[in-house]
Formats: sequence, structure tokens, C-alpha cells
Amino acid sequence: MMNFLPLTDSVPLAHIVGLGVAVFAAGTFGFLVRRNLIVLLMCVELMLNGANIVLVAFSRAPGAADPQVWVIFMFAVAAAEAGVGLALAVLIWRRLRALDIDALKELKG
Amino acid sequence: MMIGPDLLNIAIYLPLAAAIGVALLPRDKEHLAGPLALAALLLAFVPALALYLGFDPALPGMQFAQDLPWLSALGARYAIGLDGISLLMFMLTAFLGPIAVLSSFEAVKEHRRFYYASLLALQTGMLGVFAALDLLLFYVFWEAMLIPMYFLIGIWGGKRRIYASVKFFIYTMAGSLLMLAAILWLYFDHQSRTGIYTFALSAYGNAATGGTGMLLFLAFALAFAIKVPLWPFHTWLPDAHVEAPTAGSIILAGVLLKMGVYGFIRIAVPFFPEAAMTAGWPIAALGAFGVIYGSLTAWAQDDIKKLVAYSSVAHLGIVMVGALVLEPAAVSGAVLQMVNHGLSTGALFLCVGMLYERRHTRLMADYGGIAKVMPAFAAVFMIVTLSSIGLPGLNGFIGEFLILFGSFKVWPCLALISLGGVILSAVYMLGMYQKVFFGPVTNPANKELPDLKVREWLCVLPLLALIVWIGVYPNFFLKRLDTAVNDYIRLAGGQRPPFSLTQEGK
Amino acid sequence: MEGNFYPLLKWMILPPLAGFVLNGLLGKRLLSERTGGILGSLAIFLSFIFALLSVSDLLNLPAADRLLRDTLFAWISAGPFTVDFALRLDPLSSVMALVVAGVSFLIHVYSIGYMRGDRCFHKYFSYLNLFVFFMLVLVLADNPVLMFVGWEGVGLASYLLIGFWYEDTEKASAGKKAFVTNRIGDAGFLAGLMLLAAVMHAGGVYGLDFSTLSANARLAAGASFAGVNAAFLIGVLLFVGATGKSAQFPLYVWLPDAMAGPTPVSALIHAATMVTAGVYMLSRMFFLYEAAPAALNVVLITGCFTAFLAAVIAVAQRDIKKVLAYSTVSQLGYMFMAVGAGAWAAGVFHLTTHAFFKALLFLAAGSVIHGLGGEQDLFKMGGLRRHMRTTFILTATGWLAISGVPPLAGFYSKDLILEKVFASGAGFVWLTGLLTAALTAYYISRLLILAFMDKYRGTQHVHGSPAVMTAPMGLLAVLSVAGGMAGAAWLLPFLQPGAAPEHHSALMIAVSVSAAAAGIIAAFLLVGRRAEDLAAAWPRLHRLVYNKFYVDEIYAALVLRPLERFAGWTFRVPDSKVIDGAFVNGTAALFMSMGRGLRAVQTGNAQFYAIVFLAGLCVLLAAVLAGYYL
Repeated sequence: MMNFLPLTDSVPLAHIVGLGVAVFAAGTFGFLVRRNLIVLLMCVELMLNGANIVLVAFSRAPGAADPQVWVIFMFAVAAAEAGVGLALAVLIWRRLRALDIDALKELKG
Repeated sequence: MMIGPDLLNIAIYLPLAAAIGVALLPRDKEHLAGPLALAALLLAFVPALALYLGFDPALPGMQFAQDLPWLSALGARYAIGLDGISLLMFMLTAFLGPIAVLSSFEAVKEHRRFYYASLLALQTGMLGVFAALDLLLFYVFWEAMLIPMYFLIGIWGGKRRIYASVKFFIYTMAGSLLMLAAILWLYFDHQSRTGIYTFALSAYGNAATGGTGMLLFLAFALAFAIKVPLWPFHTWLPDAHVEAPTAGSIILAGVLLKMGVYGFIRIAVPFFPEAAMTAGWPIAALGAFGVIYGSLTAWAQDDIKKLVAYSSVAHLGIVMVGALVLEPAAVSGAVLQMVNHGLSTGALFLCVGMLYERRHTRLMADYGGIAKVMPAFAAVFMIVTLSSIGLPGLNGFIGEFLILFGSFKVWPCLALISLGGVILSAVYMLGMYQKVFFGPVTNPANKELPDLKVREWLCVLPLLALIVWIGVYPNFFLKRLDTAVNDYIRLAGGQRPPFSLTQEGK
Repeated sequence: MEGNFYPLLKWMILPPLAGFVLNGLLGKRLLSERTGGILGSLAIFLSFIFALLSVSDLLNLPAADRLLRDTLFAWISAGPFTVDFALRLDPLSSVMALVVAGVSFLIHVYSIGYMRGDRCFHKYFSYLNLFVFFMLVLVLADNPVLMFVGWEGVGLASYLLIGFWYEDTEKASAGKKAFVTNRIGDAGFLAGLMLLAAVMHAGGVYGLDFSTLSANARLAAGASFAGVNAAFLIGVLLFVGATGKSAQFPLYVWLPDAMAGPTPVSALIHAATMVTAGVYMLSRMFFLYEAAPAALNVVLITGCFTAFLAAVIAVAQRDIKKVLAYSTVSQLGYMFMAVGAGAWAAGVFHLTTHAFFKALLFLAAGSVIHGLGGEQDLFKMGGLRRHMRTTFILTATGWLAISGVPPLAGFYSKDLILEKVFASGAGFVWLTGLLTAALTAYYISRLLILAFMDKYRGTQHVHGSPAVMTAPMGLLAVLSVAGGMAGAAWLLPFLQPGAAPEHHSALMIAVSVSAAAAGIIAAFLLVGRRAEDLAAAWPRLHRLVYNKFYVDEIYAALVLRPLERFAGWTFRVPDSKVIDGAFVNGTAALFMSMGRGLRAVQTGNAQFYAIVFLAGLCVLLAAVLAGYYL
């Protein structure tokens, strides 16, 4: 399925995409198994960046520069998100004196 | 001003305008909410009365009709008008409104602006239902009316008001949604056949037959049967009545229940005459069964309001028999009986409310000997009781008489079952009256109750006057019904054949 | 339309209505007791005058043309039904109207004395006027529907007056019992009318006035309903109505309890007028019974059985008013026997004489009760002839009249009925009627002996009654003496013009007079001496009769209580548990439990959501890829 992508660089596209997927998987795994809220936020950042890597990799396809635009766009969003997330984490810390996600079950039905 | 659609619109929307006005009153003027609402409804009664007097009983079809484009994209129009049947319902609503407001002056002390605004908005919704000639408009009014009633029960009700209001709302809503589905089916079916999108009532005469017709009829019938309420869809009623404030009960029993039967007469039966012809008897049989069932369950009550609520099941049951039998006298009787039930049951709830305001209990066991303490009130209650049990000379008899005699010719069995209600109504109503008013005053709390006040007299007297008036001279009301009733029977596919009184020797 | 328009008729019913409104609304506040009483009596007197005027005008007409009509307005018109508020005066209704207005007037006057000082004096007269209004509507109505208005209206007045002293729960219950029992009968009446109207409509006849119905009675005779001849069925159903109002078996049980009301009320409503409405109604609808002789047999047998049963019960009662109440039931049975034998005119004749002497006896009983300060037990009276001379003489007149001693009123009418029954060929019924006549003479003599003879057994101070009470009784006594003779001479030919004059066989007269004599002699021999021994000899029988054969208890056990329990069960089980519980709240509970089940998924743990999200994503991805490649 790669053969329709023109490979102009020495690093094959598949490797770059593989890296992106690996970063994303690491983020996802971390998100699912870790308990600390800050770590979870970092994992979310990892997932975002995994996606960014894939986007950048694919942007090398001819006539498809816009993924790079999205990536820059996503940096901004991620920054904002990190800001909000950290602010929430601070508030939760203030209120519960804990950043363990198991302590946050207010929404249990 | 000419007696025409303008007056009709004023009568419908004046309460709504007043509702907005009352809701926007400043907090320190809150005590004006009640008087303002009363003034608005009294003022709205004037055009309604003019419409009643200006109505020409000889003309067929709708009068004071208006037909304006409304939601053109959907083909929905703003079409209103009245015929003899809706005219009586319209008048009943316009008449009971001010009484309901007046009855709340002392009972309601909290959130008065919101309370009177709800009552006023409710009034517009009810009047609109009776005047609407467009299915979508009808549906909008039908649903709009539900919301203020929900608030009335849920905010100003008794102890279990939340349970009662939610039950009332969901039960009615479930029926309404089924009706909406049926309306949409009809709407698209009509479009596919004629290419025209329309909601006009007149476009749907004999709209569907066969199995489809039956299904659609049942969808409408269920929505209306819940409202009637027809046995076995009646259990929301006692809860809603017991918990509702007095004005809510008056309106609920006086007008809201009538919408069910009105829906049958205006929509379900004319739309699907074939299905109605088949399903008419079973539905009427449920009504006749409800007469006995409602009477028996009423007999078993300790709570006066609950007793009156179950008696409504019985009264509306007999009305259903009359409405579906398609015999002119019985149908006229059914419509008149709806008015009668509105008056007498409305008056009963009013009286129970007056007792409740004095003693804060509705259990019969807490009373006894009230006739000695409040003689005038006892006399009023007696007249209302007698009206409810259909004593000749008062209004209830005329309706029952016409329904029984008319339906006997077609469904003798159902008429005879309904006749059983005549006996049972005396048993439970007089039993209740005796427990409350007769005997010695045993409870010291009952020793010093004030008799009727001027405001209460003002509530009760118009009702009593009409109760006697309809009993003595019903033709003033029946006269306006004849043409509409004949129209209804024609749309329903003509009279049912009478049962055969086989002539011997032939 | 047949008959002459006669606008005076409405003036017969309007004065009592006005009296009802005036006394009811203004009474307590504006009118003195004296004015209220006079106003009430005057209203009835006016009615009586108008009745006299109308009847004299009626008499001026040729016998075949005696019908006056007054249509006030079109009352109910809907679809094929048109019912007018119309009055009619013919010989039958004029007899009734005169009896009703006349006796009512006397009893109103008597009541001024009897009710003196009552807290609700005005209410009493207001109700009494209301009663007369409805009774006159019943009597004068030109169609059965309007008649039904009067029919239920008098029931209402009766209910209100029986429970007049409502603070006594037992009296209030007696009123309710009367109303409900009557309603059962009324339902029968209505069912009969429904069938009648259906039959008429099926035959293309839409008028419901008596003349039209009478002219088309053959329609009913030719139709059948549920396999039964319609005329028979209508006749029986209407008679069910009559058994309610006129206290016949099986619906007679309310009348003895109705004695809870003030005694003048018992005299007027529960003896002289209202309870005779059934006889009047049957006479009015006699054209139907002519078409259905089988229905007449039902009437005959029921009347006979009731007459006998009630007379037996009356023999053993202690309460003076209970004796008279059962006597009334028994005498009404006589009237129905007459109608059942086809001689409605004889029934109406007995109705008239009975109105006189029974009203007299009740008023006399009232005078006794009044004089004894409310005592009603016969065994606590005695020797009153010395204390209440006038009352004694008046009671004795009534005693002779009801016993059937010639030439007093009761003799004429009762003898005529027995003769008619005998002539109709119902030998057993005649024999029972004769036995009942003897029993009647016995129990009424017993009453007279226990109350007025021997020595006074009570402790209460005895005082006589004022003239306002004795004067009306005096007039009734005169009527009880002369009413029979006058009636036989004028009333019967007036009621049935053209009918052959009655031939009285000497043998029949001798038989019925000796029955009466036997009863009286037996009473004088037994009462106060042997009767107690007899009661002691057969204690079970005595208890059975004294307790009215336990009919009330049987009804309560077989009908009332099971029905009440059934009503309670209906509410508790099918309504609360099944419909509301299982279906309505069950549906709600179903959705609730579904929601509860789904709640388990909502752990509140964001990581769990993420896992589910991931799993969902994987499934989706797999599905898309599978769709792409396969």
C-alpha cells in the first residue's frame, strides 16, 4: 500500500508513520494504565504528537501541504488544552488533595 | 365590531397576553396578579359570550372561521372556527376560567405571578384546542396546554405533587406522541396521494380505511382515551386530582377531560369512520364498564377528592357511550353532558377546596355534622351533589337522559349497564354527603367553621345558576348543537342501525 | 293536539315553588316562625284553589272530552326526542291533584303546631312546599319524562325530610336508604321508558305525551325485546319503579325506616301522597298493561303478597309509627291488587280514602307522640283516652275507617277491591286479601287498645294538642267518614265515565265485613291479655315477625355488604394493584430498572470510558477494513 507514495528521502515513510503510531500507542497505553492526572495529561500530549508525526509524514505526499497547517493548528490547540487541563488539575488538587484518577468518580451513575 | 374571527382571536389570546403581563409584574406588585388574571378572564368572557349569542344554529359547518398561512413550508395554516360542539366546549372553558382564578385568591400564596400566568396560559391553550381547525395547530395547543398544568400540579400541589405531575405529564405525553406519529403518517400519505402538504382537518375526512385506518384510528383513540380518561387508562386522574390545587382540579375535570371526547368527535371518528364503526362498540363498552367500575371504586374512597375523581371516570364513561353511538339525541346528550360534568364536577372540586381551606384535610372521617356549622355551604353542596347524581330538574339528568335513551336504541346492553351508574352514583355521592354533613359534630376542630364568604358565593353562584338553568331549560344549549351533531354523524358514516325489536307475527 | 289549552294549570304548581324559594332563602333571616308557617300553608291553599277551579272547569266539559292541557315550553329537544314541559288535567289527575293539594294543606296547617320551636322551622316548610311542587308535577305531567322529574323530585323531598333531624346519624341513614332504594326502582322505571321510547321510535312515533303513547300502545304489544314481549317487559319495568316509590315487595324496606322523619311528613309523604305515586303511575300507563295482561298478574301477585306480609309484620310492632308504616305498605298492596285485577279506578278510589284515614291516623299518632314528649313505644302508652279526648275520638274514626267498618270510607274502597279481585277470577289472591283485611282490623285495633285503653303505663307528663293540630285532623276525620260514600257515588263514574255502575253482592259485603269484625273482636279479646301469652308460647315466631322476617338483615348480608366489599376490593386489587400497580407503574418501573442496569456502565472512571472508546474504535475500524477488503 506504500507504493503510491513517492519516497524521496532515505527514511521510508513507513518508518515515520510507524514512529507516530508507536508514540500514539504509548500515549494511549499510558492513558489507560496510569493513575496520576498529570501523567494522564502528558499521555494525551503524547497521543496528540503521535498524530502530528503521522500528519507530517503524510504531508510529503505531492500537493498535500495542508496537514502541516493542521499540525501547527494543533500545537495551538494542544497548548490551550494543556493549559486548561493543568488548571483543572490544580483545582482538583486544591479540592481533593489528590491527583489520583480513582478518586474522581463524581460522575458514577 | 362584527361578531367574527377577530372576536374569536381576542377570546383566545387575551388570556395569553394577560399571562405575559402578570408574569412581568414587579415583585412588590405581586398581590395584583390574582385580580389582574380575574379581570383578564372576565374580559375574555365577553367576546366568548358574544360569539355564543351570535352563533347561528341553523348554519352548517364552522362559524367565525379564519384561515391564514402559518408555516407555509409545511403547509400548516392558522385555521380556527367554531361549530355547535366546539362552541359549547369553548364557552364552558371561558366560563370556568374566571371561577378557577377566583377560587385561588386565598389558597395560593406562593409564586403568585407564576401561578396566575400558568392559569392564564392554560386558558389560551384550552380555548385554542377547541377552536383549532388545523391538525398541527391543534397539536400545538394540545401540547402547550400540558405544560402549565404540569406546573400547576407540580408546584402548588399537595404532598405527592411531583409523583402526580410527572405521571400526568408522561402518561398524556405517551398518548400524544402516538397521535403525532399518526398525524405525520396522515400528512405524508396525503401528500403522496395528492401532492399537497396540508394539515387542514377538513382534508382528512375518511382519510384511511382497512388495516391502516384501524391502526391510525387506534393511535388517535389511545391518545384521546388517556385524556378522557377511559378505563383502564384512568389511573393518572385520581393522583392528579388529589394533588392538584383546587383551580387545577376544576380545570382538569371541567375542561381537560373533555378534550379526550372532543378529540374523538372532531378527529378520530370523522377521520376513520370505517374503523370507528368497527371499534366503536368495544370502546363504548369500555366506557360503559367504566361507569360501573368508576362508581364502585368511588364508593371505596375515604378521600373526597379521590371519590370525585373516580366519579369522573364513571361520568365520562357514559359520555363515551353517547359520543360513539352516533344517534343524534345521544351525541347531543354526550356533548351537553360534558358541559354538565364540567359544571357539577367543577363545583364539587370547588366545594371540596373550600372545605380544605378551612380544615386542611380531605378525609371524610375528619368531618361530620358540617351541615349544622355551615348551613348555606351544605345547601350548595347538596345541589351540586344532586346535579352530579343526575336528579331530574338539574343539568345532569338532561345529558344522562338523552344518552341513555338515544343509545338504548342501538346498544341496549350498554345503555342498561350505564343505567346501573344511576343507582350507584346515589350510593356513593349521598354516602359521602352523609359522612361529611350529617350526624353530630364529633370533631372539635369542626365546631367553629365560617360559612361561605362573599368571594366563595361569587364562585359558586354562577355554577349553581347554570346547573339549574340547563336542567330546566336545556334547549338554550341543545338548540346550538343540532346541526353540528348531524354533521358529525354524517362524517362518521351515518347513523348506526337500531337493534331490531322484532315484530311478532311477521 | 287533542285536549283543550288551559293556562291555569301552571298556577297549580307555581305557588309551592314560590313558597319553597321564599321560605328557603329568606325564611330564617326575615320571616317569623308564624309568617313562615302561614306562607307555606297559604301556598298550598292557593294550589288547592287553583285545583278546584280547574277541576270545576273540567267538570263542565262533556264526559268524553275531559282533558285540559297547558304546555309551558319545549323542554328537551335533541335529535328525534322532543319532550315538552306540559301539564295535563283529566279525571285521574284531577282526583290526585285534589287529594294531594287538599291533604297537603291540612298537614301544613297541622305542622305549624307540630314543628313549633324547631331550630329549622323554615327549612321544614320549604322542603314540604318543595315536595308538594314535585308531587303536583308528577300528577299533572303530560309525559312520562316530566312525570319522572316529579317522581325523583318527591324522592328528593322525602330524602331531605326523613333526614330532617340529620344530626342523628340513624335518621340521616334512613333518608339515604329511602333515596337509594327508590333509585333502584327509578332505574327500572327509566329502563321501561327507554324501551318504550325505542319501541315507539321504531314504529315511527316520536311524541312521548300520554295521549300519543296511549294511541300507539299496540306498537309495544307487537314488539319484543330479548325474546320477551315488549309491552310485558315495559309493564314489569315500570312496576319495578312503582315498587320502589310505593314500597312494595321487594323494595318496601325503606318505608318503615322513613318514619325517622317528623310525623306530619310521614302522614303526608309516606302515607297519603308520595307512596301512592306508583299506583297513580300504573293507572296512568294502564293502556300498556291492557296490552300485556301477564304484567298485570305480576302486579296482582306482588300487591297481594306485600299486603299480607306487611300486615303480618304490623301485628307485632311496638313502635306506633312502625305499625302505621307497615299498615301503609299493606294498604298500598291493596291498591296494586286492584290495578292488577284490572280495576285501576278501584285502586285510585282506595288511594283516596286511604289518604284520608291514614293521614288522620298518622296525625293522631303525631298528636300522641307530641303529647308524650316524643315517646313512640306503644307499650309505654295506654289509657290516653282520658288524657287526650279529641285525639282519641279522631283515632277511633280512623280505626273504624281502615278496619273496613261500614259506612266509613275504608269499607267502600276495600270492599270494591276485594270484589274486583274476586271477579277477576284470582280466588287465592282474594282469600289472601280477605285474610289481610282481618289482620288489618286486628293490628289497628291493637294499636288503639294499647295506646288509648287501660291505664297509662308511661312516666312522661301528657299534654293535649293545640287546635291548629286538631282542626286539620277533624277535617280528615270527616273525610274518612264520608269519603267512601261520596266516592262511590261520584268518584268512580268521574274516573271511568260510561263504565257500568257497580253491583255489590250482599254476600261479598257480608264476607268482608265479617272479616273486619273478626279482626276487631280478636284484638279486643287478645290484646293486653292473651297476646303476650301467645307471643310467649311461640317465642321464635314472635321474634321472627317482630324482626320483620329479618328482610333488612338478609338484604344487607346478600346485597349491600357483598357489594360494598366488592367495591373496596375493586379499588384495592384491580385498580391499585393491577392497573395502576402492574401496568402503569410497572411500565415506569421497567424503564427504571433498565436505567438502573445501564447505570453500572457509568463508572465515573474516565479510563474505563477510554477503554470502551478504544474498543469501540477498534471494532469500527475492523468493520470498515473488513468492508474495504472483503
